Amino acid sequence: MTFRFDDVESVTDDLRKVDYLVDSAVAGAVFLADRLQKPLLVEGPAGTGKTQLAKSVAEITGARLIRLQCYEGLDEAKALYEWNYKKQLLRIQTERGDDNDWDEVSGDIFSDEFLLARPLLEAIRADDPVVLLIDEVDRVEVETEALLLEILSDYQVSIPELGTITAKQVPLVFLTSNNTRELSEALKRRCLYLHIDYPDMDREKEIVLTKVPDITENLADQIARVVRSIRNIELKKSPSVSETIDWARTLMLLGVSQIDEQVAIGTINVLLKYQSDIRKASKELSSADGVSV
Amino acid sequence: MTVAPPSDSTVPVDLGEPILDLLTGFIMQLRAAGLPVSLTENLDAMEAVKHVPLGDRETFKYALASTLVKHHNHWKAFETVFEIYFSLRGPEYDITDESELQELDGDEQSEQAAGDRAGAGAGDSLTPEELQEMLYQALMRGDQPMMRGVARQSVKRYAGMEPGRPVGGTYYLYRTLRNLDLDGVLERLLEQAQNTEGEQSDFEERLQRDEYQNRIDQFQKEIEAEIRRRLVADRGIEAMAKTLRKPLPEDVDFMHASREEMASLRKAIYPLTRKLASRLSRKRRHGRKGPLDFRSTVRHSLSYGGVPVEPKFRNPRPHKPEIFVIADISGSVAAFARFTLHLVYAMSGQFSKVRSFVFIDGLDEVTPYFEGVEDINEAVHRVNTEADVVWVDGHSDYGHALGVFWERYGKDIGPRTSIMILGDARNNYHASESWIVKAMADKARNIHWLNPEPHSYWDTGDSIVGDYAQYCEGAYEVRNLRQLEAFVDKLA
Repeated sequence: MTFRFDDVESVTDDLRKVDYLVDSAVAGAVFLADRLQKPLLVEGPAGTGKTQLAKSVAEITGARLIRLQCYEGLDEAKALYEWNYKKQLLRIQTERGDDNDWDEVSGDIFSDEFLLARPLLEAIRADDPVVLLIDEVDRVEVETEALLLEILSDYQVSIPELGTITAKQVPLVFLTSNNTRELSEALKRRCLYLHIDYPDMDREKEIVLTKVPDITENLADQIARVVRSIRNIELKKSPSVSETIDWARTLMLLGVSQIDEQVAIGTINVLLKYQSDIRKASKELSSADGVSV
Repeated sequence: MTVAPPSDSTVPVDLGEPILDLLTGFIMQLRAAGLPVSLTENLDAMEAVKHVPLGDRETFKYALASTLVKHHNHWKAFETVFEIYFSLRGPEYDITDESELQELDGDEQSEQAAGDRAGAGAGDSLTPEELQEMLYQALMRGDQPMMRGVARQSVKRYAGMEPGRPVGGTYYLYRTLRNLDLDGVLERLLEQAQNTEGEQSDFEERLQRDEYQNRIDQFQKEIEAEIRRRLVADRGIEAMAKTLRKPLPEDVDFMHASREEMASLRKAIYPLTRKLASRLSRKRRHGRKGPLDFRSTVRHSLSYGGVPVEPKFRNPRPHKPEIFVIADISGSVAAFARFTLHLVYAMSGQFSKVRSFVFIDGLDEVTPYFEGVEDINEAVHRVNTEADVVWVDGHSDYGHALGVFWERYGKDIGPRTSIMILGDARNNYHASESWIVKAMADKARNIHWLNPEPHSYWDTGDSIVGDYAQYCEGAYEVRNLRQLEAFVDKLA
């Protein structure tokens, strides 16, 4: 068994090369996911780079990213596999004239040729290295979660007609969740857990510096500070990292070099998406007192 | 999010000690703190530590966290236990030898801070003013090692810790902070900033304040860590883990929550409502089928020659209940009422109508405060300040309040109305007037009584919850978020 990463530092360094900055919690979790061969469940507020983490890891390991977007009503046929019903029908029809016995035909139409692999099966059967991303797993119903259990714990899929298909190589699996509902114990138990929160000020500044070309250090610093202040306010939805980056880009386009109250309030709609939040934050930012808790 | 560890380079484990035994003990402590650690997770953790360098404390911590902690709310509890268990085992934590501590402090200082400390020499000879000045300097520059040094020194000096004294950490924390006057320091820092950088706009001042506040919070955490460290040295790990064990956010008692816990509760309530709402709507959509539709069944049986092969059911008609919340907002139970109102309104989409009333000894309808308001916090705040709820003396009088309710709003109760009464039913020995509850129960769909007191206190002293509860569909003890969530889930 070869591992993808030598140590935790190499995870950090490699991810940095693809412009994804991580702290030791994230790097440690990715490293362990590889070493223990366990799926990694990533939870956290929207827009903190959960999906991007999987993409970036795929990039640095040179693996193919297979993505399963979850939604309510997702079922076996969309997630695991499906029999190619039309092709099966055709096959039966072409053989109608001949005197084939039933066993032979049924053995034929339930073979690999008629199987449509969906993301999960595809990840299991892949010969090349893959990273499997199961995105927003909290959107499926609790019952559907059970579909994932076999693949997550044993890296295999059981198809009644064909038998069990075991992974040729263990893929790196990421699950993301926005925590809109509690995931089942069974699922959590099978995964390593990582909570990605909003980054602290210094890291956010660094992220802005890497993601927005030509931005001055001074401006990035100010951006990070304003965003931190806004996050201190109790809001419906705090600004996410991606919104911070959008804001930085906006400020660059506007040619701002120094953020003052007017600029901040004028462009705050990039950061906040609820009218009540915008009003509240504008009010708070223009008063000198700290957060009133 | 994470507290800077007291020392990053320390090897966490005394090498003579078998690591697996240590881990087992650690996991026992986690379980005792309320974290559901399963056997699989236990094994994973043991496996995980084989892959990480034991010398790297951060990595070691995250390795354990990712295998053992599967819920973000549990993180804080984990961190506390971890800190007690693993960070306090190095030889340099032997605090009996003061000179060694001093030496260590010296090592840790960064170059620039060293100058400041040189004059200080042994920390004991510092005057309180000098210590205050050092704190100010450290906060000014955001100098972490120096903050740590000051934190140690101030705990040693001000906390007045005595070996074997059975006092909790909060007491020492309070004593230390009282002597340091952090608010004063903050003001001074801001003034200084004003002077050096010229006139600042409110906006800039605000940012500046957040920055300093952040540093001060950090400093407070240093002090807490230092107190913990000393307590552990005094009493031993197991005893400490027990005293420092804090309830998980969902288990925090509404009636006795500290300010900090209140804040974390408020943060927890929004995601909770979202979760609850999506669960309820899902339940409604997929849940029960309607009653048998006889007509349709017969109609379909025609295609099978009159045999009712396939029974047909009516479409479920999801009824959304109408909710009346009647909440006691007098002193002790106010926090509880606030959370419940908050929760009910955050989920008002799940009910066809929500009306709310608050009382102490008088009663007032507060529904309008919530109408068209986007920020529930603000509405709840207005309820507490503006509602007209005092009739005579501002001591709870359930009998009178219910009387007013019955007289003014009794006619609005219909067969689809669910009534929730929130309160401890501590009636100050006034008349209970429990017949009103009976009359309400006759008209309404049901009445639930939520009591924030532990069940064992009910009907003791002036509590007369039993008088009312006999007419209610149920009386529930609701003391924390977990119980509140379970109740609302049941209601809708």
